[in-house]
Amino acid sequence: MTDTPLSLAEADSTLFTRLRRWWSGETANPVKRVQFDRPLTPWMFLLPQLAVVAIFFYWPSVQAVTSSFYLEDPFGFGATFVGLDNYTDALTSRGYMSTAAFTAFFCVVVTALSLGLGLLLAVKADKVIRGAETYKTLLISVYAIAPPVAGLIGMMFFDMHMGPFTQIAAWFGHDLRVGIDYWDTASALIVISVWKQIPYNFIFFLSGLQSVPVSVREAALIDAKSGWRRFCDITLPLLAPTAFFLLVINITYTMFDTFPIIDVIVKDKPANNPMTLVYKVYLDGFKGNDIGGSSAQSVILMVVVALLTVLQFRFLERRVHYG
Amino acid sequence: MQKIKPLDHLILILGALFLCVPVVMALMSSTHAAIDIHSNGLYITPGSHGAETYTKVLTSRGGFTGDVTGLLMLTNSMIMGLGFAVGKIVLSMMAAYALVYFRFRFATLIFWAIFATLLLPLEVRIMPSYQVMSELHLLNTYTGLIVPLLASATGTFFFRQFFRSVPDELLEAARIDGAGPVKFFIDVLVPLSKTMMSAIFIIMFIYGWNQYLWPLLMTTDESFFTLMRGIKSILQVWVGSQIPDYNEAFALAVLAMVPPVAVVVIFQRMFIKGLTESDK
Repeated sequence: MTDTPLSLAEADSTLFTRLRRWWSGETANPVKRVQFDRPLTPWMFLLPQLAVVAIFFYWPSVQAVTSSFYLEDPFGFGATFVGLDNYTDALTSRGYMSTAAFTAFFCVVVTALSLGLGLLLAVKADKVIRGAETYKTLLISVYAIAPPVAGLIGMMFFDMHMGPFTQIAAWFGHDLRVGIDYWDTASALIVISVWKQIPYNFIFFLSGLQSVPVSVREAALIDAKSGWRRFCDITLPLLAPTAFFLLVINITYTMFDTFPIIDVIVKDKPANNPMTLVYKVYLDGFKGNDIGGSSAQSVILMVVVALLTVLQFRFLERRVHYG
Repeated sequence: MQKIKPLDHLILILGALFLCVPVVMALMSSTHAAIDIHSNGLYITPGSHGAETYTKVLTSRGGFTGDVTGLLMLTNSMIMGLGFAVGKIVLSMMAAYALVYFRFRFATLIFWAIFATLLLPLEVRIMPSYQVMSELHLLNTYTGLIVPLLASATGTFFFRQFFRSVPDELLEAARIDGAGPVKFFIDVLVPLSKTMMSAIFIIMFIYGWNQYLWPLLMTTDESFFTLMRGIKSILQVWVGSQIPDYNEAFALAVLAMVPPVAVVVIFQRMFIKGLTESDK
């Protein structure tokens, strides 16, 4: 395809392209033709933000790195330098590895399901005319529900005494025991996390779809009769940047924002329950009082997250078709 | 035009049901007695115990949450949501203004220093953040609840994009008229950003209202509990009781979700705008 300017210009106005551009560092050049040229005034405007960032972002981050090299006394009587021990302990412990494996599995399943369902609903909502606004409102409203509230409602649905899902599972002869059985809890976590994330993906896919120009749609309609072909050849490539942006967001969501859902369902009782790496950082640090170990895990997570983000933007980007 | 098949509507209806039925059932079940929920399961029709459950959750002390009433938690959530949204808009507009409209030394360095905060969410540095807060004696304060959350650069990012799209001619004209940087910011840019500000306000209000982990760590004093923190408390007393107070838990969930959901539904257009694009 040679006539790329149309779709590129179209995509240009949307956030994801800007985000992508920002990540690839294209925006470091001067942003305005005319600028004020005063040495002190900008610092006055920057000061509040810089202060907050320095105190509440850089200070704790540095502290996480330093305390990860120390073994701290749980009762607060000093700390001993132990080098990389906290890291090797964390990485070699079986609990950490199984948690990491579950986190990866959880990420793949939740991201795939919520992206897939969000896309399906967006494509359908983009098509219908009658009732379009009603569908949209209904599908979007769940976005505003907080993860802990989603977790609480979900917990009731999976309740062992009166939860509808438990009853449905019982019809199929399965004794659903969320909070006790590992895979039952995992399924509950997945269902609730996907439920919470569909509206977000729906909103972005729908606005991506609606920014496809009418001329492109009509041309596609003439060229390809089959709706499925049209979807694969036209819609999907045009949605690729949105999907790509959402992929990153969804992975971040599953790794971090599902924390409250896990906390509500697992309730500090890790016994035989699945959990994510972030939840383990919290448990080891606040419940287990292992500050050094928790910090080492934090640092490992920081590196993973930073790598993941950079890799995704640098590497995956090349495979996305922007034409 | 494309043909619309009944299947499309079926999929949409199923999707809407999947998303909305749990919410409706939570709402309806909260108006039934705990004992009925315990024996009959969740309800999809309204019951007759709504008034007393909500009165109890909102006003009575010494229930599942100890000393704090639902009304106080509602107020705290409101303070959290509003404080966070306002703080975010003020801080990020100012920072974005400096980054876009000024030529100064270290601008690039500052840019990266601020935007690096997007890389690491609060959850990965909770333990050290907690220690910093306790060293600063900010545990159990509204400042401690709100200000640390402002450290992420999302708002700054939005406003930076928006300011970049403002025509250069505006600044040229303002300078010819003799306006300084402060005057230009207050008299030209702020009024110009009204739509953008409202859109961001909605997103940030929901974000602040829905915070869970941070209030959980920062508040041990019940008078600072938010509704999200209340949900944690209700679950902590859950285990021992004979028949769990399902109705009160649902009522609390409803209280916690009504304001943000209402905001999204009422300001739907603006909300989507704020979420998906940074305006023209």
